[in-house]
Amino acid sequence: MKQVLALAAALLIAAPAFAQDVTEIVNKANAAAYYQGEDGRARVDMLITDDQGRERKRGFTILRKDTGEGDSDQKFYVYFNQPADVSGTTFLVWKHVGADDDRWLYLPALDLVKRIAASDERTSFVGSNFFYEDVSGRGTEEDVHELLETTDNYYVVKSTPKNTDTAEFAYYKNYIHKTTFLPVKTEYYDASGNKYREYTALKVDTVQGHPTVTQSSMEDLRSGGKTVLSYSDVEYDTGLPEDIFSERFLRTPPREHLR
Amino acid sequence: MKLPSLLFGAALAFPALAAAQEPALPAGLGGPPPVTSAQTEAQSRQEEDYGDPLRVTGFVEGRTGTRYQDSPYHKDVSLLETRAQFQFDKSFETIHARLTADLLYDAVDDDHAPDLEHGEGWLDLREASIVARPADFMDVKVGRQILTWGTGDLIFVNDMFPKDWVSFFTGRDVEYLKAPSDALKVSMFSELANLDVIYTPQFDPDRYISGERISFYSGNSGRIAGENHEIVTHPRNEWIDDSETAFRLYRTFGSVETALYAYSGYWKSPAGQTASGIATFPALDVYGASMRGTVYKGIGNLELGYYDSREDDSGTDPLIRNSELRFLAGYEQELVPNLTGGVQYYLERMMDYDAYRANLAPGAVQKDKNRHMVTVRLTRLAMNQNLELSLFNFWSPSDRDGYLRPNVTYKMTDRWTVSGGANIFYGKRRDTFWGQFEDNSNVYGALRYSF
Repeated sequence: MKQVLALAAALLIAAPAFAQDVTEIVNKANAAAYYQGEDGRARVDMLITDDQGRERKRGFTILRKDTGEGDSDQKFYVYFNQPADVSGTTFLVWKHVGADDDRWLYLPALDLVKRIAASDERTSFVGSNFFYEDVSGRGTEEDVHELLETTDNYYVVKSTPKNTDTAEFAYYKNYIHKTTFLPVKTEYYDASGNKYREYTALKVDTVQGHPTVTQSSMEDLRSGGKTVLSYSDVEYDTGLPEDIFSERFLRTPPREHLR
Repeated sequence: MKLPSLLFGAALAFPALAAAQEPALPAGLGGPPPVTSAQTEAQSRQEEDYGDPLRVTGFVEGRTGTRYQDSPYHKDVSLLETRAQFQFDKSFETIHARLTADLLYDAVDDDHAPDLEHGEGWLDLREASIVARPADFMDVKVGRQILTWGTGDLIFVNDMFPKDWVSFFTGRDVEYLKAPSDALKVSMFSELANLDVIYTPQFDPDRYISGERISFYSGNSGRIAGENHEIVTHPRNEWIDDSETAFRLYRTFGSVETALYAYSGYWKSPAGQTASGIATFPALDVYGASMRGTVYKGIGNLELGYYDSREDDSGTDPLIRNSELRFLAGYEQELVPNLTGGVQYYLERMMDYDAYRANLAPGAVQKDKNRHMVTVRLTRLAMNQNLELSLFNFWSPSDRDGYLRPNVTYKMTDRWTVSGGANIFYGKRRDTFWGQFEDNSNVYGALRYSF
């Protein structure tokens, strides 16, 4: 009986400690995946394959700068190279944590700076299987996190949305690498507990001391579609001036930062 | 005590189970190298995209359209063209040069001699420009270029750059709504505000409705004018004397974009005539302001412009268009995922309306003081955003007329795009803005290969 009590006591003490740990783990994972360095640049190539094996490619250069306190607001600049019909199109996002993002699209053939209404964050980014939110990050405050278990390599965290209206999933399970805090696999489950969507980190490179996922995939298990995303030419702390993320450079791309 | 041993057993069993299920480590964290070669592919493509000193992109396209009702003024075929666009981009140290040229064969046109000013014939030069950054705070763009500013969606209040209404109404790609300007654009940037100054040494009019491709209501004859009654204009083509200057002073407060505008030049489409009935481009100054930002769940915009028709200050000259106040308010929002809706209200108010009425020629159609217009846009994306369905409707409750633009675009592959749509003009009367074009209602289709 004494042993049972001791165990119960241990569990009671352990529970709050766990609760704190999971927040820390999730925050570290968020930082590792989306907030490395003060700014960053990468070449991104997407290979989108549908259920019938038809392929489409997207190629763009992405610039990022953290502008908010801690891991919060960021600005993104995207310059599209591929496919040919969108070559030269630029896209600007001011990401606000806890509020709608500001987005602008520049169409060079019309010299038009179009402001884009905030969309559901969980809709496709440029027609791929990645969502806007997968590319720019999901607010850690939007879910309730629970540490399911700790394995040799991973913290396994289950996250359930606080507001179920804003997410198509019932919960997702994240395998966070214990030393780098990079999410290695994310599995999305529907209300009946079926896994229908899966993110996998395929390759990690250490760039300027920051472990970085340089190849990953997102699979839609229902439709059979899959997107492989490859990062190359990754560079952190390039000293990007904040005014890059403005109408001026939307209209006239900052070629020295895109090379 | 069975419980502790049970728990102990479970603790032993679980990691083993978890280890069997847990994902493999990726390459770089101890896992095997990835099987795909996308990375190396990406690296080899990189040089192609940026290292290459000269970049060529473009498309080849076939496009055809037909009026769907008989017009007494034109043949049924409204569009039948093959077009190839080549865009050359080259960067030097701090200079970027671009040449965009369209080669086309248009079977509807009888004359194929190129006229670069009016965009007619087998060559349409869209852009031939150089961008330089002479100082950190300054960008300069010189040469032939497409210019756009303002907040409207297919409605332009302070954007006084040339439009190609013929292309727009006959079903060419929407990028052809903008005709090029031969201009010098100087942009200056500071913490306080940014300033664009655009100088066009020789007036660039709209590619306006002349009767050649699209019939229109002629106030002079009191009837619809087509191919055989084309507008004759008094050209405004003197260098320096017939120049235009446009200014935009703008800055962003938080994420609200604000701008002030000024323009000194001429009405872009004929807005006056000589005593002998030759159409003219009277002098025009425009002053305006705009604002655009997040409203509720979408984007809201407001824009105002005062059109000062300088050759008819008092509004008494019946041959020259009166001064006007133009106002635009718009809102756009995502309604459900992949479906976006937008609405706009637009007003054109004639100034000096009493003077206009008092001096109106006997028998001439009297315009309303206020022309109200409402537009609605719906855009639906489907099939991984490869299919776009869009609908845009202009509707004027005061003129009781409108213009509907449905369009379907499907990207079959990254290179092949097929699209189709219609330009549907409707109205109670034939002398109102949209109603006059009713005979030109058409459907069109296009197939494009991009490279």
